Amino acid sequence: MSAPLVVGLEAAALCGPGLPDWAASLPVLTGATPYRPEPLMLAPPPQLSPGERRRAVPSVRLALGVGMAAVEQSGLDAAALPAVFASSSADGETIDAILATLCTATREVSPTRFHNSVHNAPSGYWGLATQSREVVSSVSCHDQSFAAGLLEAAVQVASGESHVLLVAYDLPYPPPLAALRPIVGGFGVALVLSRTASQRTLARLRIGLSDTGDETPCADPALDTLRLGNPAARALPLLIALGRKSAQSVRLGLSRGGLQVDVEP
Amino acid sequence: MRPLAITATCIASSLGLGLGATLTALRDGISGLRPCRFETVDLPTFVGEADGLDNWRLDSRFDCRNNRLARLALAQDGFETAVEAAKTRYGPRRIGVFLGTSTSGILQIEQAYRHREPDGSLSYPVDYAGTQSTFSVAEFVLTQLGITGPSLVVSSACASTTKVFATAARMIEAGLCDAAIVGGADSLCLTTLYGFNALQLLAPGPCRPFDADREGLSIGEAAGFALLERPEHGGANSVAMLGVGESSDAHHMSAPRPDGAGAMVSMTRALAASGLRPDAIDYINLHGTATRIGDAAEDLAVLSVFGDGVPCSSTKGHTGHTLGASGIVEAIIGTLAIRHGLLPGSPHTASHDPALRCRYITLARPGRVERMLSNSFGFGGSNASLVLGRSA
Repeated sequence: MSAPLVVGLEAAALCGPGLPDWAASLPVLTGATPYRPEPLMLAPPPQLSPGERRRAVPSVRLALGVGMAAVEQSGLDAAALPAVFASSSADGETIDAILATLCTATREVSPTRFHNSVHNAPSGYWGLATQSREVVSSVSCHDQSFAAGLLEAAVQVASGESHVLLVAYDLPYPPPLAALRPIVGGFGVALVLSRTASQRTLARLRIGLSDTGDETPCADPALDTLRLGNPAARALPLLIALGRKSAQSVRLGLSRGGLQVDVEP
Repeated sequence: MRPLAITATCIASSLGLGLGATLTALRDGISGLRPCRFETVDLPTFVGEADGLDNWRLDSRFDCRNNRLARLALAQDGFETAVEAAKTRYGPRRIGVFLGTSTSGILQIEQAYRHREPDGSLSYPVDYAGTQSTFSVAEFVLTQLGITGPSLVVSSACASTTKVFATAARMIEAGLCDAAIVGGADSLCLTTLYGFNALQLLAPGPCRPFDADREGLSIGEAAGFALLERPEHGGANSVAMLGVGESSDAHHMSAPRPDGAGAMVSMTRALAASGLRPDAIDYINLHGTATRIGDAAEDLAVLSVFGDGVPCSSTKGHTGHTLGASGIVEAIIGTLAIRHGLLPGSPHTASHDPALRCRYITLARPGRVERMLSNSFGFGGSNASLVLGRSA
């Protein structure tokens, strides 16, 4: 097995049902209070123009919201930050609307729906919001999209980038797609990885491939339901380790085998 | 970026199955574009439809048009034999699979939506993970080839299968795998045909990149794969990936920057990653989808980086725009250009637009190509450029 990748974690943000932001979620992550899901509220990102805000579908709102929160926490310039966006799928509401339109006689697909239908729509809006010309990738690995995105972001740091933003997000599909692909809740997470440690560094992460796909569960059953039901929420055990500021080994699955992430606060 | 040897490739497109059919079409100026008779589509446009996708099934949960196309490609050009040899050399756990697609097997769910029950539910099941998930093509390829290394799908629209070369290079350099399979598939579906029609970007005839009278693009479908290994595994007359450059436009969701600035940055970064000066490039395979604004922006970008001396062409008139697969299709065309000394042309381009000043080739001709650059630009302002060259 190869040597693990070692990266600094400069910022962490999350957004989920009953987990509105990092500070408000800390008591749940540390186990001080039990997890109670609440409806997820997604505001249009203020960094977009009014027209773009109107066109910003839920996945765009979710991804940009957590991404901006992490960048703000890191004190870095969003426009100078390479980014990896990870999600199991494209925007479900948009896909459903297009599929329904294709069943009509005229099949008049909305141009805005069409450009919002691509998997990399949130990363495209990210460019519009931040004016970043940096490298942005949009990746997927089905239920393991967070771990695959983390690996891609860490490898970009290893290949010489000083900082890389990772944004993972997944939202439920509307029916009838929801029956084929049930996704729980709606969850977004954003991490800023760095090559070297700074005063802001929350933890050092040692990320290596492991032969097993075993996953670290969440002790809170309701939180573990969210973890198993939403691909982006597979990040929760890592966020819990960060919230508790405890040295811990977190296991995440990949499509084959998995990742071992040693969190060293 | 350290070079990687491209030790095997395979392809399936409207030009036929395999490298031989592709090379013949490139040499003879044959186009795979035909008037659209695809499925129930009623649009005045041409498509590059691959033969042989109907009337058989994959005998697995992966059966859909996209994975059938991937299967047809994998079966060509001795690719699976080369992968078996790589598995023996490195072990299946040490080979990565980094693929691209934009729409996966969405045709299947488009058809299922037509058969919804009165309550809106689907009347028959569709295997989401095997055919609809963005990752499904990689899951299929991992299973088909028995590979267990790290894997992900890049879905950055039409830049996807150029960007996977960068991911593979980084993963190998970081020591996470010793070899990688890159490429991917995109297949015809109603979503992209009616979507591009809504954007008024479909040409009524076959697409004519860089033509004065160009009217938009023709959609095609294709799958292609390449096996990447460290340079010492490249044989005589083999081709290497020398570098990749990526950038973002930060301009518009579905239109490029008119000044070509994003495209310029991705080409400049690809040259820097390759350690090459612009005059080292002998041929540029343009993104060139034959839209008015896209071709003009790319022309400006090419002129600013290379001047007007480097022969360039878009091969979209051969294959159509194969969207997420266009990067791997045009990388494979690049390997053919280098290995067979060919400057590909641009079928259907009749009158070159005098306003576009890069050195555009309409008729294929023999020519020495030591190093080439291929451009892929996509929705969301995603740009990627790949440099290939003859192995030292």
